[in-house]
Amino acid sequence: MEKTINLTLKVWRQNGPKEKGRFETYQVSNISTDSSFLEMMDILNEQLVNENKEPIAFDHDCREGICGMCSLYINGRPHGPDQEITTCQLHMRKFKDGETITIEPWRAAAFPVIKDLIVDRTAFDKIISAGGYVSVNTGGVPDANAIPIARPAAEEAMDAAACIGCGACVAACKNSSAMLFVSAKVSQLALLPQGKIEAKRRAKAMISTMDELGFGGCTNTGACEVECPKSISISHISRLNREYLKARFSE
Amino acid sequence: MSNFLTTSIGRKFLMSITGLFLMMFIIVHLGINMLLIFDDSGDLFNQGAHFMATNPAIKIMEPVLALGFLVHIIWSLVVTIQNMKARPIGYKQLNNSKSSTWASRNMFILGSLIFVFLVMHIIQFFWKIKITGDPLLAHVMVGGEEMENTYALVAGLFKESLIYSLIYVVGGVLLGLHLAHGFWSAFQTIGFANTIWLKRLQFVGTIFAIIIAIGFSVIPLYFQIKF
Ligand code: HEM
Ligand code: SF4
Ligand code: FES
Repeated sequence: MEKTINLTLKVWRQNGPKEKGRFETYQVSNISTDSSFLEMMDILNEQLVNENKEPIAFDHDCREGICGMCSLYINGRPHGPDQEITTCQLHMRKFKDGETITIEPWRAAAFPVIKDLIVDRTAFDKIISAGGYVSVNTGGVPDANAIPIARPAAEEAMDAAACIGCGACVAACKNSSAMLFVSAKVSQLALLPQGKIEAKRRAKAMISTMDELGFGGCTNTGACEVECPKSISISHISRLNREYLKARFSE
Repeated sequence: MSNFLTTSIGRKFLMSITGLFLMMFIIVHLGINMLLIFDDSGDLFNQGAHFMATNPAIKIMEPVLALGFLVHIIWSLVVTIQNMKARPIGYKQLNNSKSSTWASRNMFILGSLIFVFLVMHIIQFFWKIKITGDPLLAHVMVGGEEMENTYALVAGLFKESLIYSLIYVVGGVLLGLHLAHGFWSAFQTIGFANTIWLKRLQFVGTIFAIIIAIGFSVIPLYFQIKF
């Protein structure tokens, strides 16, 4: 049965990267508990447009948990109060009638706010372009089973490849560390024969780019793993440490 | 290799190596201290302390241990400051108790409190034994060998002062909390973990932390209750 709730929203508003931000309070009423969090944001924006006010800027694209575009730090947790989901998959039934919801952007020196709730996540792209790929010559499609890969390795590489680059790990980490993201990107290649050739260069380049961009270091609190919508395991971080240390010590 | 120790993983590597080394020290330290409560005449503990004071291998390890502490403490400052800089603007509302343990988020605070304890501890025992001396330390004969009465100094403090006994209990608990996270974290940092070993290390780490906390707490409590 459909139920509706009324909510008070405390939303971070910031006009531009260099502007000073502030929290604004809004009321929304008759929100269906079947609607998604982003639909609720749409309703609020509609309301703001009708009042001739500037709508709230927030990131979104696929709205089905696969693109990694949506963000939002909701009531103290990235992607809000649910497990293994992105904000676009968050249902309003997770909230109570009359509740106050605080909505903030990801907070990290490496993810500066562009506007309101939108942060600049190109830092992740820079880390990927530093080494998150395998170099192959163009040509015909290689034989599918020419290179045998053990099943456990294939499974673990696939698990790591589930990362959608949303940045919730950075948002969740008290150090704004990007280690879970980088470890997923290093693991998905380090586990496969195709990725082993450039393994050393990759680990070094991606970590040094990560450091340069101002992400913090890992202190193994494990918050990233819990908040990650794709449940990327922190065991990948241990593999990244291993790959990096091997690369440095063999210099 | 040059800038390795200033990279994020390099910094953590140093924390981990020094942390692992300090944990080995703490096991030996607890082992010797346990002699305090297994022989009320004090002979056993005096022999243990005498062995530690005169053994050449331990003599070599002493400056290494001091260095280990120093590096661990100084690097903990570097790591903490660097990590704080990575989030110049904080959140208004934080709900992180669901995703991480209190100890893991407060390693620096726990470490700093351990440091305060460490300074007090050094002044009370190490300093008196090695540098200034103390009337309580007057030599005794144990098994035909003359040695300092370290037992009298240590047991004396715990028998007489309830306050200090309680401070030592707190010290043990703080160290236990630090290691509840620190133990497995150290292995994770050097790359010695996977999905299976992560769980094993966390389990062993919890047991280890409990043994350390209870082990060190039981000693002052023993003297308070028995004497
Ligand atoms: C004396 C003052 C101390 C300070 C200020 C201190 C501080 C710290 C800090 C800031 C960390 C890193 C935080 C983290 O990884 O989450 C850490 C990690 C650690 N500490 Fe300490 N600590 C102290 C003493 C000790 C002692 C006495 C021991 C062992 C008996 C110890 C063992 C460890 C271990 C094993 C780690 C984990 C290393 C890793 O995560 O890779 N610490 N300490
Ligand atoms: S590791 Fe998880 S939380 Fe981090 S970017 Fe990838 S999907 Fe998002
Ligand atoms: S909008 Fe694509 S994952 Fe949420």
